[in-house]
Amino acid sequence: MCDCCNESNTKKQVIEVDPQYSPMEGTIVKTKIMTETEKFFEIKLEGGKELGHMPGQFVQFSLFGIGEAPISISSSPTKEDKSTFEVVVRKAGVFTSAMHKLEEDDKIGVRGPFGKPFPVDDLKGNDLIFVAGGLGLVPLRSLINFVIDKRRDFGSVDILLGCKAPKDRLFTDEAEGWNKLTDINHACTVDQSDPEWKGNVGVITTLIPGVDINVNRTYAVVVGPPIMYKFVISELLKKGMPEKQIILSLERRMKCGLGKCGHCQINDKYVCQDGPTFTYEELKGLEEAL
Amino acid sequence: MRYVYLEKSDLDKMIQHLKKEHRVVAPVAKENLFVFADVENAEEITLEYLPTILPPKKYFFPPKQVLGEFTMGETKMSSTTVEVEPTVIFAAHTCDIDGMECLHTVFRNDPVDPYYKKIEKEIAVIGYECMFPCDECATCVTMDTHVPKAGYDAMMTDAGDKFIIHINSKKGDALISNNPIFKEVESGTAKEEIKKLRAAKLKKFDVKLKASYSELPGIFADSYDSDVWEGVGKRCVSCGNCTAVCPTCYCFDMYDEVKLDISGGERKRVWDSCQLEEFAEVAGNENFREERSSRQRHRYYRKFDYPVKKYNKFFCTGCGRCTRACMAEISLVETVNDITKENKNV
Ligand SMILES: Cc1cc2nc3c(=O)[nH]c(=O)nc-3n(C[C@H](O)[C@H](O)[C@H](O)COP(=O)(O)OP(=O)(O)OC[C@H]3O[C@@H](n4cnc5c(N)ncnc54)[C@H](O)[C@@H]3O)c2cc1C
Ligand code: SF4
Ligand code: SF4
Ligand code: FES
Repeated sequence: MCDCCNESNTKKQVIEVDPQYSPMEGTIVKTKIMTETEKFFEIKLEGGKELGHMPGQFVQFSLFGIGEAPISISSSPTKEDKSTFEVVVRKAGVFTSAMHKLEEDDKIGVRGPFGKPFPVDDLKGNDLIFVAGGLGLVPLRSLINFVIDKRRDFGSVDILLGCKAPKDRLFTDEAEGWNKLTDINHACTVDQSDPEWKGNVGVITTLIPGVDINVNRTYAVVVGPPIMYKFVISELLKKGMPEKQIILSLERRMKCGLGKCGHCQINDKYVCQDGPTFTYEELKGLEEAL
Repeated sequence: MRYVYLEKSDLDKMIQHLKKEHRVVAPVAKENLFVFADVENAEEITLEYLPTILPPKKYFFPPKQVLGEFTMGETKMSSTTVEVEPTVIFAAHTCDIDGMECLHTVFRNDPVDPYYKKIEKEIAVIGYECMFPCDECATCVTMDTHVPKAGYDAMMTDAGDKFIIHINSKKGDALISNNPIFKEVESGTAKEEIKKLRAAKLKKFDVKLKASYSELPGIFADSYDSDVWEGVGKRCVSCGNCTAVCPTCYCFDMYDEVKLDISGGERKRVWDSCQLEEFAEVAGNENFREERSSRQRHRYYRKFDYPVKKYNKFFCTGCGRCTRACMAEISLVETVNDITKENKNV
């Protein structure tokens, strides 16, 4: 018997694990520059497989050598072509800049969908107010189109949009389509006007007083930058909106999307699993939420 | 329920017995501290030790772990594997066994972590009951982790010239058998002996926290806005030592390591710390825990409040490592006693 060699080495074994962190293959089938910093992508999964998401969920995009980033799904699962989904990416740093360089036929890794969707079953039968600030329209668009495709399940629909300047508006063609639908009210405001702009000027809260709200039967779905939430929520509460009928979507740093890595945590909630959508009632006691 | 005796002089025989089919890791003295490390024989092991620098979590959840390999330009990982090796963690203290239980709770929770699951299956835990309290930093008595409860395959208790080994699982049963060094003992006799030893032991252990196990959740529920966090935040230098050494901290970051010839690489996860400033930062420079005080509070709440709500379990084992490792001499005992004092005065 020999004492010199490390016997235990022989028992080491490399075994396959469930590829939980391995992305699916996505192919970019369409891109569109939307603004100076935002780009639209339509993505098809391998074999035209359906993503199987609901409005409010997100995916983790992956580019090997660079990393991953959480991005909201902007298309509705009711979209006619179920073999693709759509996203809008703002150039914010390393990953998002690399993604901006991608064009049609390029490949991208996709993990997900992740997160708790907007509570569409609760929204059914109620009037809806959608409030979107800036990039907040991107996740909200999934729900707006979902509602439009199932229009008869919902009451009146008001869409309030706000952005910094007219040139920052997203989905303007589509928004005009909403405008033409007589059964949907659509208002837009910009913080700073330009010579061609004929619409409202002012922060998004200025649009709220103009909306007729039946507080018993209305849900407000609000998505925008952190700063917007406080003001919009206080305006909605002033109108008498119950806290459980105000729905928000939060953004936090995320790595795993699986409720493990801890990055997305606010107090005892994990945004990647308990959110990103929450009712205001769920969030109001959490100091780190808003 | 099975109990055996092992003569102290047979300890090395036991290690050699375990080593036949397992890698054995155990507490080893290193300068004036202790670490868990691979051992060849009993002589290398120190049974009476202050909690090791890193807890045994490193064997379940390595500081750096490959999630998968990739080829540049591809979208799917070319392989997702994990290296496992039948391992015995030998002479783990009861507090560290409690820490393992905490990690099991998290990584087994849906969605189950596939790497952790495979590794965990290969690890056997043989505990060693501490008979003496560690030092001023340990709060195991309040956290109720100073006596063996669950989470081990076998537990050794010092009984003078021999150890009493309690076998607590099938795995433990298989490990502690087929060798004349293990002398079967009637379980009633063994239990009676352990009971006496434990009664003598408990007299030596004192309580350092002013709040009891059952009072802690209520105290934390009322202390979110306490000034104590301000004070702790002012001293903390955000080095992240406290989270690295904690047996129940499991936050991680993910990154891609690209090979030199840039043909591919590995996506890895690595231990991260909620004490670092950029941990919770998002695009637009928004940071919901920008202040050190809010990050320190987060750490304490992740031990005494949030997991109690989510898993009905404290995620502090009372091991005292965070206090021993702190650059700024922030003491868990002091911090928790300070909020307790405030709370009880009101
Ligand atoms: C649920 C969710 C949905 C999102 N939806 C969209 C979307 O539809 N469109 C879009 O353009 N952006 C979206 N984001 C934001 C997007 O994930 C970040 O902009 C992106 O991760 C930044 O990565 P980067 O490598 O480009 O930036 P980096 O170079 O890493 O850093 C730039 C900034 O982004 C922050 N950041 C880094 N990593 C993350 C991360 N994992 N999560 C959040 N912030 C991070 C950094 O703190 C830094 O301030 C979403 C984020 C979340 C959490
Ligand atoms: S918080 Fe401190 S005392 Fe509690 S388990 Fe972690 S390192 Fe040990
Ligand atoms: S070890 Fe001490 S100084 Fe370092 S991050 Fe923890 S509390 Fe702050
Ligand atoms: S993103 Fe990792 S825990 Fe939520």
